[in-house]
Amino acid sequence: MARTRLKTVYRHPLPVRIGHWVNALCLLILLLSGLQIFNAHPHLYWGSASDFESPWLSIDYHWSRDDGYSGWTRVYDWQADTTGVLGASPGADGELEGRAFPAWLTIPGSRWLAMGRSWHFFFAWILVINASLFLIWALFAGHLKRLVPTVEDWRGFGQSVIDHLRLRHPTGEAATRYNILQKLAYLTVIFGLGGLIVLTGLCMSPRMDTVLEPVLEFFGGRQSARSIHFLAASGFVLFVAIHLFEVIVSGPVNQLRSMITGYFRYHDHATGVASNRENRHDG
Amino acid sequence: MTDNTRRRFLKTLLAGGGMATLTGCDYLSEKPWFRDTLAQSEKLSDAVQHAITPRKAMAREFTPADISPRFRANGTTDPEGAEYRALAANGFRDYRLKVGGMVENPMTLDLAAIRALPSRTQITRHDCVEGWSAIGQWTGARLSALVEQARPQPEARYLVFHCADRYGRSDSPYYESIDMEDAHHPQTLLAYELNGEPLPIANGAPLRLRVERQLGYKMAKYVMAIEVVDRFDHIGRGKGGFWEDRGYAWYAGI
Repeated sequence: MARTRLKTVYRHPLPVRIGHWVNALCLLILLLSGLQIFNAHPHLYWGSASDFESPWLSIDYHWSRDDGYSGWTRVYDWQADTTGVLGASPGADGELEGRAFPAWLTIPGSRWLAMGRSWHFFFAWILVINASLFLIWALFAGHLKRLVPTVEDWRGFGQSVIDHLRLRHPTGEAATRYNILQKLAYLTVIFGLGGLIVLTGLCMSPRMDTVLEPVLEFFGGRQSARSIHFLAASGFVLFVAIHLFEVIVSGPVNQLRSMITGYFRYHDHATGVASNRENRHDG
Repeated sequence: MTDNTRRRFLKTLLAGGGMATLTGCDYLSEKPWFRDTLAQSEKLSDAVQHAITPRKAMAREFTPADISPRFRANGTTDPEGAEYRALAANGFRDYRLKVGGMVENPMTLDLAAIRALPSRTQITRHDCVEGWSAIGQWTGARLSALVEQARPQPEARYLVFHCADRYGRSDSPYYESIDMEDAHHPQTLLAYELNGEPLPIANGAPLRLRVERQLGYKMAKYVMAIEVVDRFDHIGRGKGGFWEDRGYAWYAGI
């Protein structure tokens, strides 16, 4: 311990920070307004048209005079009673009402498709503009290069997986660089999930479909595109959950500060042999 | 800060932030200035989509094998007005479509006259704003042929479709509007047949609009009159359609 020194490094340039927070806001609003839109027809299908008899996913409700509302969720042949959260959940008056996703997960909270679409499309444009500006900057500033795994990175792949599973994080100077799993996650999300969600979103537009027919064909039709859009959004939720988890276990205050001010603190290993274990508090 | 207080602080921040975000979004959703701001993106979508897709770009046409076994009917499925009831009871023999407004040649057509217009049959996908799709075969008069006969004045910009139905408990009749580009598109029809049968009442008998590059709510059912206008802010609540008056976008290509 005595041999390490607390150093501060300017880690995240301004475009990264702005891009990050605009993205975070857009993804949150797009997800919650997307769930509002989903609620208007809470069934997903494969193919061009909706085969109302066989959605692969449904979040719906039963109502009877005696028992009131009960919510159920079905994925293929698996079905569960999800009253309270999915299918039927408390509305503004606290009484159960039939709705796929609950009021606390939708924008707006009440059933309001027109407004949900308004939020969704406005922030979809902000997201696309933000992402385009970020990519242009990243390309010219050489930031993308920082995301491309090196040969050395690939060699450390197995070790990195083990370290992540053990919640052991790089310390010292290594903590200021992206590790291999981070690089792969960011690249997959930006170019894989990001591209997928924008394309499947566009494929639901009847006007765009006049020129996107080959893409639509590739996805398997408009209802497939809607399903994949939903799954890609679920992928984003998974990414954000892991991302937040990693931020929390690797020193949330330091991480959060570096994404706000740009400055990241780490313990410099003066001797270069300090063990990971000793220096594992980086906040 | 110890790890515990830090964790608690973050948890409170997240939960509080989440609640504040949702409450804030609900608060903003009620503000007209904010709604107008969000609605600006509709103009951007409209402009960009029109810029990158050709004017005459065609919606995909499917094969008979793709036709949905049941074509879902949405909105009004059985109009209640006495006038419409009387028309339906008589098999629409007394039905007359009025075409007026800013045209050189106002017209009144019965179904035989409409069936005599140049027609088109197409198997297309119908996309509801709710998210579902259905595929059906439509036969109808090309709207462009009708518009050419009526000869719109040079200032004319939109076609307004006045309908026989009042949706739900609303006291205002359904209406919709499209621009001249869509009016002249080869796939834009006044459909009188669905899947080779006379158009069922649930789907808009005797005439419904097909505008294949937009969502279902643009495709007015039970069309009684077409009014050619240069603006529509004096009709209904001024937004160009029944659902538009209730917050939906006028441009429904997305």
